[in-house]
Amino acid sequence: MIRKNARVISEIKGDTLRAAVVGEIDHHGAAALREDLDDAIIAARPKVVELDLSTVDFMDSSGLGIIMGRKATADRLGAAFKLINPTKRVARIIELAGLGKVMTVEYKNNEGENK
Amino acid sequence: MKSKCINKLQLTLPALSVNESVARAIVSAFCAQLNPTIEELADIKCAVSEAVTNCIVHAYRETAGDIYISVRIFDTRTVRIEIKDKGCGIADIELVKTPLYTTDTTGERSGMGFAVMESFMDKMTVRSAVGKYTKVTLFKTLSPLEL
Repeated sequence: MIRKNARVISEIKGDTLRAAVVGEIDHHGAAALREDLDDAIIAARPKVVELDLSTVDFMDSSGLGIIMGRKATADRLGAAFKLINPTKRVARIIELAGLGKVMTVEYKNNEGENK
Repeated sequence: MKSKCINKLQLTLPALSVNESVARAIVSAFCAQLNPTIEELADIKCAVSEAVTNCIVHAYRETAGDIYISVRIFDTRTVRIEIKDKGCGIADIELVKTPLYTTDTTGERSGMGFAVMESFMDKMTVRSAVGKYTKVTLFKTLSPLEL
C-alpha cells in the first residue's frame, strides 16, 4: 500500500465548511484529494466553503487545478468559496496563476477573525 | 569565466505518479550540498515536480515508460536539471508553454506547469520530437553563500 500524501480535515461551523488540506498536493494525490474535498462539500451543503491551505507543505500546479475544480463544485451548489491562509510558497503559485482575481483569498487567525 | 561541473546525479525512474515526490525529494537533496536558501530549494522542488508530472500525464499518458533525470552542479553555483522522456513528444512547444493552455477538458488542470517552471527557475529549454522524446532543461543559479 502506497501512502497518501495529503489528507483532509473538515469542520462545520454554522453555514461554513472549513476543509484543511494537510500534507503535499501533487498530481499523484490529486484524484483522492478531489474526491475527499467534494465528498465533504456535498455532504455539508454549506453556504461558504473555506479551503484552508495553512498546513500544505508542498503544492505544484496540480493544486491549482484542484482549487479551480473545488470552486466549481461550490459554484454548482450555490456556495461561496474562499482560500484561507495559504503558506508563503503556496501563495506564490496562486499569485502566478492569478487565482486571487477569480476567488477570495483570506488570512485569518484560528478563531476565524481576519488577521 | 567558464563554469566547471563539480558534481552530477543520474536517475531513472518509471513513470509512476508516486515517483513525482520521489524525484523532487532526491533532486532537492542533491542540490542541498550548495546550501541553497529554503526558497531556492522549494522552487527547484516545484519545477522538478512539474516536469516529472508532464512525463507521466502527457508524454506517457499514464502508461509505462522511464523518466531520465540528470542533475549537474557547477562551481558557479548553477544547477542544471535535465528531465527527459521517450514518450509521445510535443508538436507545438510554444503552444504548450502558453500559460493556462491545457489539453484537459474537465476543468481540473490549470495549464500552468511550464509557466511555473519558467517562473521558478532562471531558464528553461524544451526540445522535443513527435513520437520520440521530450527533454526539458532547467537552470538556476543560486544566490552567493554568506560567509
